[in-house]
Formats: sequence, C-alpha cells, structure tokens
Amino acid sequence: MNATILFSVITLVSIGILSAGILYVVAQKFYVAEDPRIEIISEVLPQANCGGCGYAGCKNFAESIVSSGTLEGFNCPVGGAEVMKKIGEIMGLEVKIAEPMIAVVRCNGTHAHAPSKISYQGVDSCLFAHITFSGEGGCPYGCLGLGDCVKSCQFDAIHINPETGLPEVNDKCTACGACVKACPRGIIELRPRGKKDRRIFVSCINKEKGAAAKKNCEVACIGCGKCVQVCPFEAIKLENNLAYIDPQKCKLCRKCVEVCPTNAIHEINFPPRKPAQAEATEAGA
Amino acid sequence: MKTFAIGGVHPQENKFSASSPIEVLPIPAKVFIPLSQSLGVPSKPLVKKGDEVKIGQMIAAGEALISSNLHSPVSGKVEKVDDYIDASGYRRPAIFITVEGEEWIPEIDTSPDFIGEITLEGPAIIQKIKEMGIVGMGGATFPTHVKLMIPPGKKAEYLIINGVECEPYLTSDHRLMLEKPAEIITGIRLLMKALGVEKAIIGIENNKPDAIELLSKTAADYPGIEVVPLKVKYPQGGEKQLIAALTGREVPSGKLPIEVGCVVQNVGTAFAVYEAVQKNKPLIERIVTVTGSNISQPSNFLVRIGTPIITLLEKAGWNPEKAGKIINGGPMMGKALFSPEVPLVKGTSGILVLNRDEAYREKTEPCIRCAKCISVCPMGLQPYLLARVSEIGRFDIAENEYILDCIECGSCQYTCPSARPLLDHIRLGKYKVNQIIRSRKN
Repeated sequence: MNATILFSVITLVSIGILSAGILYVVAQKFYVAEDPRIEIISEVLPQANCGGCGYAGCKNFAESIVSSGTLEGFNCPVGGAEVMKKIGEIMGLEVKIAEPMIAVVRCNGTHAHAPSKISYQGVDSCLFAHITFSGEGGCPYGCLGLGDCVKSCQFDAIHINPETGLPEVNDKCTACGACVKACPRGIIELRPRGKKDRRIFVSCINKEKGAAAKKNCEVACIGCGKCVQVCPFEAIKLENNLAYIDPQKCKLCRKCVEVCPTNAIHEINFPPRKPAQAEATEAGA
Repeated sequence: MKTFAIGGVHPQENKFSASSPIEVLPIPAKVFIPLSQSLGVPSKPLVKKGDEVKIGQMIAAGEALISSNLHSPVSGKVEKVDDYIDASGYRRPAIFITVEGEEWIPEIDTSPDFIGEITLEGPAIIQKIKEMGIVGMGGATFPTHVKLMIPPGKKAEYLIINGVECEPYLTSDHRLMLEKPAEIITGIRLLMKALGVEKAIIGIENNKPDAIELLSKTAADYPGIEVVPLKVKYPQGGEKQLIAALTGREVPSGKLPIEVGCVVQNVGTAFAVYEAVQKNKPLIERIVTVTGSNISQPSNFLVRIGTPIITLLEKAGWNPEKAGKIINGGPMMGKALFSPEVPLVKGTSGILVLNRDEAYREKTEPCIRCAKCISVCPMGLQPYLLARVSEIGRFDIAENEYILDCIECGSCQYTCPSARPLLDHIRLGKYKVNQIIRSRKN
C-alpha cells in the first residue's frame, strides 16, 4: 500500500478517536438535565410558532407549561381543545377547554357602501395609509383594504375580497391574533365562534356622531341605541356613538339585527328567517 | 456662489406666479379655524356657540409649552365648535365662524403706515410674538416664541433668514420680499433684538435677482444684516441645509440649529413678527400661492386663515374636471389634500393643482443599486437601505442608520430611476422608530 494513503488514514482515524473522546467527556461533564416532558409536549404542539398563545414559539410555550406546573392561563389557539387535552394527559392535569375563537372583521365599508372619494397611490401598507390620511372612502375608522392583516396571517385564513375591498376570514382561522395586532385601526377582533358557528356582532367601529359616520358609509353604526333598548339580555353597550355586543351575554336572539336602521349588526351562519318574520321586519323598517 | 455641500437636486422651477402681485382675497361667508395649527399641543378654545367675535380677538389659547394662540380672522358669530375635516381627511376640532360685517378690535393698528422704530426690549418682543400666535410660516409651523427662547448654556450667534423658497412652483415668499422689504427688515431687526444677536444673514436663491437686489438695498442701512445669494438647489430651504450653505457649519445628528449658534426663521415669519410687534396684529392672514397646470391664472393671494381652499381655487380659475391632485404646499414636500373643502391654516404656503395627466406615479421597478438616491440625499443617508429595512420591518437597523435624521425632502424618490416609493417607506419607518423610542422611555 502506498505510504501516503496509509499515513493519511492513520492520522484522520486518530483525530477522529481523539475528538470523539473529547466530545464524550464534555457531554458528560456539562450535561443539562431537561425535563423530558418539554420534548413530548413540543411534539404535540402544531409547531406553527405563531405566538398566538402569548409565548415566543411552541418550544417556549412547552417550557413555560412544564416549569409552571399548571395549565391555568395556557391555551394553544391553533391546536385547540384536542391539543390541550393531550398536553393535559402528558402533564397529568385537568384541562379547562377554552372557548374556540375566530377573527371577526368589524367593517362593512365595501366599495358600494362607502364609495371612494379619492384614490390612494402610495405603498401597500395599511399602517402607512393610516398615518397619511383617513381612507379612500373618508371613514377614519374604516378598513383601508391594503392587506396588513393578510400579510400577517400564517394560516392562509384571511384574504381581501377584490369585489368589496374588505378582508374575509375563512375557516382556517386559528385565532392566533396576528391580524388583530397588524391592523393599525383595530378593526379585527377575536370573538367566540359561537354555537353552531353562529355569531352576531356590530360590523363597525366608527365612534363619530351618527351624521358624520353615515356621511361616509351607509352601513355605519350611528349610535342610535335601538339595539340597546331591544336587547333582552343587556348584552349591548353604547359608548362614544358606537354599539358593542358582549359575546358572553349575547344569546343570539337576533332582535338587534332586526331593529338596526343601517344594517350595521351582522348575523353569521343563521338559517334564513321564516317568511312571516321577514315581512314583519320589512313593515317595521 | 454658495450652496450646501451634500446632495440636492434641481427640479424644474415652474414659478408661474412670480410676476403676479399679491392680491387681497375677499373675506368668505364662513371660516373654519382648526384648533391644531402649529406643531405641538392643539390650542384650547375660549369661545362657545353663539359668541360674537371681532377681527383679531383671541379665540383659542396655546397653554402647553409648544402650542400657539389663535385669533379670529373675521368678525361675526361662532356657529359651533365641532369636528371638521383637516388636510388628511381626519376630523379634528375646529371653530366655525359665520362672517358678519368687518369689525376690528381697537388695539390693532390697521393704518397702512410703516413703523420702523423699535421701542420694545427683547423679552417683551418674545412675549408679544407669543401673544399674537406667530408660528413658522415656511410650512413647519413651529411656534416662533419657543424657537426664540435660547436654552441655558447655549448662545445664538447668527440669525438666519430663509428667503430661499426652493420648492418649485411656490412664489409667496418671493412676492412678499418684493412688496414688503422694509417690513421684513424691521421684522429681522426685531428678531435680532429678541435673540440678542449682532448678525443676520438672509439667504436667497439667485433665481430671484430682483428680491436679492431690493433686500440688499433696504438692508444697506443696517450693517449687521447681510443678503447672500445662493445657487439654486433643492432642498436649500431646509434648516440644516441653509445653515450649511450660509455658514459652512454642520448641525450634529439629532440636535437643533442652536448647537452651532444659529436660529433660522422664514421671511414670512419676519413679516408676521413685524405686524405683531409694531402693529399689534395677530397672525390672522397669510400669503398663499395658487398655481399649477390646472390653474388658469397662477396667483399670490393674501388670505384670512380659515378660508376654505376651494374659494382660492375658484378665484384663480381651476378646472375641477381635469384636476388630478390638489397639493398643500409645493410638489416636493407638499401633501395631497383630501378635499378642496378643507380650510387654509397658518402653515399653508401654497396650493398646487396638477392635471390628471401629470398627477400619477410611475410603475415601480426593482432597485438596481445605482446609488443615485445616496448621491442626492442632503442628509448623507442611504435612502434605498432605509426604505428596504422599513419595508421588511427591521426598524432596529433603520434606527442605527439614522432614519430620524431624514428631513423628508423627497429628493431620493424624485431621482430614483426605478420610481421606487422610497420616501413612503422611510416615513413609515420614522413613524415606527419614533413609536419604539417612546415605548422604550416609558
């Protein structure tokens, strides 16, 4: 055998053995004991690292659960009840299942409802538009339609509908809250998905006086208070010319939807009303 | 010929209205006085619905440190104090006044006589300027009295007077210098006395030779006042650029001009100071250029504050059908108005109306790293980098690259061969960096 090859092999093998020895000693000496449950919980988690739980990624969430030894205040909105139940089993703790939530866009200022008065040519950033002017339709509270929420979503759950110019949330929403933080006007809110996915909410956050709000958008909440009067459960609050429905108190009776003069209150996933009722509503309006 | 050393551009000047004498615009039937007309805290209203007001009467007080008083520009009745749209389309508190007659408060000297003799002492001059609600007339509307109070330990050496008017199209300062030279020089003398400085330098770009000649002649009696012609270059009217051009000094990053012994005031401010101190007249009117391709008679108007801008446009003969953009200020730094219904404020130096075929943005192309933006940036920044890091949300890098030094002159965007919206992104970055710095302090 060629002496050069032999020499090389011997040198490399001995370096290898020496390095392995060093690594072994170091690994023994500086071993960090980690609770094995962290790894197990991490595997159960969706690994989206979205931050929706309030922690810096899935690993950090698992570490925090294990170190605190409780599940109080911990919720993975992406994994939902199923994942939390599994974590409960691993930790041997009881899980309180959090109500499933969904992002709700509280603006209905579509191109038709709030016609553009001017045209914006700046960069596609809601935040920049927000600090520059009130919006193409003139509503200083309304959706700017430039898609900061869409860019922030990791789950492909929110998209701008080109026909209306407004974002729409689909079923992929995990309620991680990224879009809520991204919206410079605070239009998006996390609300409980509701029984059978049924929800009632005020699709407007305009705090201007009725006339001013209505001037820019025909479906704005004008703060008339009719919904507050008709609600049998005291679920609706009127503050700064704006009605807000408390999802915890709302029993989904839909009385407020009927009385709203500007159709600012929306009902989602309800079956169509009975004809008699519909007629009565029309007569009332 | 002197000018500033770093960067700068020379856009087409288009000073259409330079030869139109200042015309007094009739008082409108109704005025809207926004409560936020200067930098800082909005003023607090002193009148309520139904009150009778006279011309010059104080109607809102600037109570905070950086704030200014507001005075009624008309006589009549306060209709209400309510929200009204401002230039950006947001609704902010304003005083609505219906005009009835023309009655001035007796303290104001309305005679056309010129008063050149200065009787007040320095502190009294500053007090008067504060009372009369004088703010920087160049457009930034910083309360003038605050600028005149020199912080302890600092000393002002030069009063720099900005007669540059480097924005294309605008001619209001030019016309003022031609028509009121004696008043401006007296205003400068008042400012010099208030600051306790011996030297004042008036910087004027040499595209206004008539103004240079006239002011030099008027200032000849006062050895402390010097008129310096400057080479035409944008943005020479920026405070830091003007100081560099006239004195060769550089204001350090994040510091004020007083750091290098300078205080900068606009010629319009000098005139307002003259009227306030010598004539007791508060800041209730200003000179506004109305110009642009859409305007049939480009003009310079003397207008009462609070006049709806549409009144000026109609007077100057605009064509609403063809109008594409109404800009508050000049084409470089001005901002597009949300609606022509908004009222004129203390900081409105010009209204530029461009036709639709001119008012559009070119298609944005990728950055080719040509570095033209860097070579024109008058602050020595790297606009392409600032815009990019702001776009991707790396505000930490933006802060380290001195994004807050940007004066938003727009030279980078003007010169970019790829028509990139550099300044849009930089403005966004500045907003975020300011927010981050504020949250760090709390």
